[in-house]
Order: sequence, then C-alpha cells, then structure tokens
Amino acid sequence: MSFLDVENLTLRIVRGPRILRAVSLSVDQGEVRGLVGESGAGKSMIGKAILGTLPRAIEVVSGRIRLDGTDLQTLSARERRRQIGAQVALIPQDPLTALNPVRRVGPQITNRLVDILGWSKDNAQARALELLDEVHIPDPARVMRAYPHELSGGMRQRILIASAFAAEPKLIIADEPTTALDVTVQKQILRLIKNMQAKHNTALLFVTHDLGVVSKICQSLSVLYAGKVIEDTDTRRFFAGPGHAYSQALLHATPKYTDPDDSLTPVPQQVIDAVEAEVAEFDKGLGA
Amino acid sequence: MLLMRSILARLVATCVTLFGAAVIVFFVIRVVPGNPIAMMLPPGATEDDIARLQALYGLDKSIFEQFVIWLGGVVQGDFGTSISLRQPVLDLVLGRLPATLELSIMALVIAVIIGGAMALTGTLRRETRTEAAIDVTGGMALSVPDFLWGLVLILLFGVLWPVFHISGRVSPSLDFDFATQFYLFESVLRLRFDVWADLVSHMFMPALALAIPLAAIIAQLLKQSLKETMHLDYVTLARTKGYPEASVITREALPNAVLPTLTLIGVQFTFLIGGTVIIERLFSYEGLGNMAIDAVINRDLPLIQGIVILFALIFTVVNLVVDMTYAALNPRLRHA
Ligand SMILES: Nc1ncnc2c1ncn2[C@@H]1O[C@H](COP(=O)(O)OP(=O)(O)O)[C@@H](O)[C@H]1O
Ligand SMILES: [Mg+2]
Repeated sequence: MSFLDVENLTLRIVRGPRILRAVSLSVDQGEVRGLVGESGAGKSMIGKAILGTLPRAIEVVSGRIRLDGTDLQTLSARERRRQIGAQVALIPQDPLTALNPVRRVGPQITNRLVDILGWSKDNAQARALELLDEVHIPDPARVMRAYPHELSGGMRQRILIASAFAAEPKLIIADEPTTALDVTVQKQILRLIKNMQAKHNTALLFVTHDLGVVSKICQSLSVLYAGKVIEDTDTRRFFAGPGHAYSQALLHATPKYTDPDDSLTPVPQQVIDAVEAEVAEFDKGLGA
Repeated sequence: MLLMRSILARLVATCVTLFGAAVIVFFVIRVVPGNPIAMMLPPGATEDDIARLQALYGLDKSIFEQFVIWLGGVVQGDFGTSISLRQPVLDLVLGRLPATLELSIMALVIAVIIGGAMALTGTLRRETRTEAAIDVTGGMALSVPDFLWGLVLILLFGVLWPVFHISGRVSPSLDFDFATQFYLFESVLRLRFDVWADLVSHMFMPALALAIPLAAIIAQLLKQSLKETMHLDYVTLARTKGYPEASVITREALPNAVLPTLTLIGVQFTFLIGGTVIIERLFSYEGLGNMAIDAVINRDLPLIQGIVILFALIFTVVNLVVDMTYAALNPRLRHA
C-alpha cells in the first residue's frame, strides 16, 4: 500500500463551484510524484487538503485521504493535527514569507520537534544543526541565531528544507518550491530537494507547472486540469508519449532545455474545448 | 553615530513640543476672562490691595514680560507659586503625579487585558457569532465616552451593588503611613495587601471607566491585524507542524500583529491620560486631573501652567516609550 492515498477527493467553494473533482493519487515511500497543471488547476488545494490547511471558504464534499493506511477523517481533530505534524512536512513556495520575521531561525526549525514531538531542547538543537549542515549551510550555529531578514532567499529555502526534513517525515509536499527564487538558485535547490529525498527515502509530492522539472526528478506524475486528474502515469511513459491530448499539448508547450529557442506551441483551442467538455461531463454526472 | 543623532533629534523635538505647549497655555489662559487676584481677596478690598497682590505675583507687568520671567524660572526648575494653594507649583504637581500615573497605568493594564482577550477570542472564532458579538460589544464601548462609563459604574457597583469605593484614593480609616506618593506600588513593596486591596477597591472603577474605550480600540485594531496575519505563509506553515489554532495565533501571529497596534495604543494612551481629568473629578480621586480642575476654577495661572507642561511632558515620554518598545520588538529595526 502507498504511504499517501488520496481517493476521489472533491472540494468546492462553500455552496459554490467545485475546486477538485474526484481526485485520486498516491505516493509510495521513496517515490517522487509530480503534480502538474496550469495555475489555478487546484494543485495547491490538494496539498492543503492533505495538510489540513484548507481555507475556510473551501469545503470537502467527498473523498478520503489516507496516511499509511489511516483514514484521516476517522481521527479526532487533535490526533489528526499531531499525525500530520509528525508524518508530513511542507516545503512552501515562497521562502521570503514562510519564516516568521520576528523570530530567530533556530526555534523555527526546532519548534515542531520540541512542542509537537516532545524532543528535549538540546536534542532538537543538535538535530537542527545537523540538518542545516546537510543542506550545505555554512556556519549553522550562527544561522540558527539569525533573523530571516538577514538571510538571502536561497538560504531561507535551504532552512525551510532542513526544517521540513528535521522530524524525518514520511511524506513531503513541495509546492512550487523554486518559483520564487532566482534562476541561478533554482537548480541548486531542486537538486538539494531531490538529494535529501533520496537520502531520507521520503515520499515526495512535488507540485510544479514545469514539465522539465518533472522529467528530472519525478518517477510518476499526475496532470491536473480544472481540479480533475487528466492523466496519472509514470514519467518515462509520459515523456515517451502521453496518453491524453491535453497532456500532449502541455508537453509541446514546454520549452526544452536542449533547445530553448524551439518555438512554443500554445495548447490548441480544440484540445481545451475537449478537456472542458470532459469536466462538464463529470459535473453533469454528479448532478451539478 | 546614527543612534546619537536620532536621540538628539528626539530631544530637540521634545523641547520644541514643550515650548509650544508652554506658549499656548500661557497666552490662552490670560486671554480668558477671570482674575485670580479678585478671587483671593475678600469683598471690599481696596484698589491698593489689588495692585499690591498683582505686583507680588508679577501680574502687573506686560504679558510678554511675564512670559519671559516665567520661562526663565521654568528653565531653572522653578514653576512659580500656586496662587490658590500658596505652595511651589513643582511640589504640588509632583506630589499629585504618582496618583495619576498609578491610575493611568492600571487603566492601561486593564485595557490591554480586556482588549487583548477580546481580540484573541475574536480571531480564534473569526467569522462566527462570537466575533460578531465582540464587534458589537466593542462598538458600544466606543460610542460612550469614559466619564459616562464612570457614571454607569458608580450606579452599578457603587449604588445598586456596592462592592467598590466610589470616592477618594484610600480609606481615611486606614492605619498606614505612606512614605511615598506611589501608594499602590508602596503597599506591594511593603507587603501590606490589606492596604493594596483598599487602594484597588478605590481605583478599580475609575480605571475601568478609563479603560473601556481603550479596550475596545485595542480589540478592534489587534483583531484586524491578527486576522490579516493569519493568512500569511509562516502562520500556515506553523499550522502544518501540528499546532492547534490557539497556539498558532498566540505564538506566530500575535508577535507580528502587535507591532502595528502598539503605536496606536501609544496615541490612545495619551488620550486616556487626558481622560483622567474628568474621571478623577467624578471619583474624587486625588490626582493631577482633579487638581487641574480646581486650578482652572480658581484661575490659578501658575498651577495651570505647571500641570499642562507636565501633561505635555508625559505625552512625549509615552511616545518615546512606544517607539522604543516598537524598535525592541521588531528585529528588522533593531539591526538597522
Ligand atoms: N481562499 C480561497 N477561496 C476560494 N477559492 C480559492 C481560494 N484559494 C484558491 N481558490 C481557488 O481554487 C482554485 C485552485 O487554486 P490552487 O490550488 O491555488 O491552484 P494552483 O494549481 O495554481 O495551485 C483556483 O481556481 C482558485 O481560484
Ligand atoms: Mg499553487
């Protein structure tokens, strides 16, 4: 059984339109799954649903999320929070806003270990230093005492990566973790996440709109359109020739690293019409 | 270097503010009709008597000359002599200052506790009836001025259900010799909690009356600021770590949300101190404000001047403390 199992998850804006449409996906231990789709497709919502941080305006209509076989819905709110805190971690999109500006870096790495998992302060401190070293931060002891504004975006993302891995989570959700960074830093951070994932043998759900990144680090991927999984396949097969017309068009619309001048073809209108029709069909089937 | 310069700029600004206050109060109270000398003399005093007394208090000179003489004294720490009480203004004013400070600070503490609790509860229960109830309560608290709250409190807890003292600062029957004017502070230091309880029983209602509007303002601003902070990424990240909502609010959101609220609390606190004038009168509390009203009634020009200068000084100190606290709480400023 996979570590993460999302089954037929449907979300909607309270008394409003659907945001996710019967999404199913799974991530095994040690697997990296890409989650791709255009902006607004609902990629972040999947992550938020798993982490229990959906906005108040969004409600779960149906579906199940299992962590290691346990249906999160069967747990009390308190136990659910604890399980997620202990087993899942988030690498956020924007490192500039994901660290608390008025607190030092150190406590922001150790707080989960101490407050939620009950580690001693000393152990947590040692663990944080070890992790900062693992993500190649020079002089970790000094960085622990720094405030976020004293550090660069790349440094802060490394800190957030260290913080995510500190409690040895079984699953990491990375929500476009490089989009907010300088192009020069993006590759380093990407490689770092991949290396850390491999070393810790973590399940990784990697949200991105960049198929080039998927080809580099993911074993499998789910393509999302309007909150619906259009294709769920493994990476090699996908790049050999995706099954769905929308995926094919998406692939053509992605610049190739080998040939950046290759003129981009936007997703053709008839493909969009076809996939929209599929979505409409789905909604009709549910009587909405 | 930069620090030295900002301190210097601050001092200059303070002096300018105080000078401005001095000019305004000095000339305004002399334009308003009413003669302090006439009020001191028994009916049937001769022109001669009046002239002699006027000369004694320097009131025979031109306004401008009077101002220069007074300011010259002030610079050397001599605020003149009270006409009605016949004691040095400085002694009188400093003698009453502790009473007003204790009252204001107690009011501030009450306001922060009530307002903070309302803001935190409102944020925890945002977009529910609880938040709506908090908003309505705050709106009501704000639409009634502090002295009316004072009257309401007197009726409730002084008359209908008399649990607190409604007048004075301390029970005359109390067998206790205060060494300082900081009664409340002193009673704690000397571990006389019976005295402390008596003092609090006197101070509680005036302090609460002063605190209610400020509490409502703190509740509104802090809740607004907290709710905005709750959307930020680091707050969400803390939530994913397993913290319950209440800890997310107090640990992650509060330290940031407090910053914008702090400046406004400072400004509002100066209004609160201004409010002590009427509240002290209402509760016959022997502080500066009560003395100020007597001074105005008696046209006691030197005393009015002294009190106004002292209030102006308190306001600038409050602002300074607020700015320093802001800098201390905000690491981005601390290292600038
Ligand atoms: N707080 C919110 N309230 C209502 N709708 C939202 C909210 N946040 C996002 N949405 C909607 O949910 C959909 C999916 O958003 P999201 O998961 O963030 O997309 P993305 O794939 O770019 O990460 C979008 O159509 C967006 O408009
Ligand atoms: Mg997103």
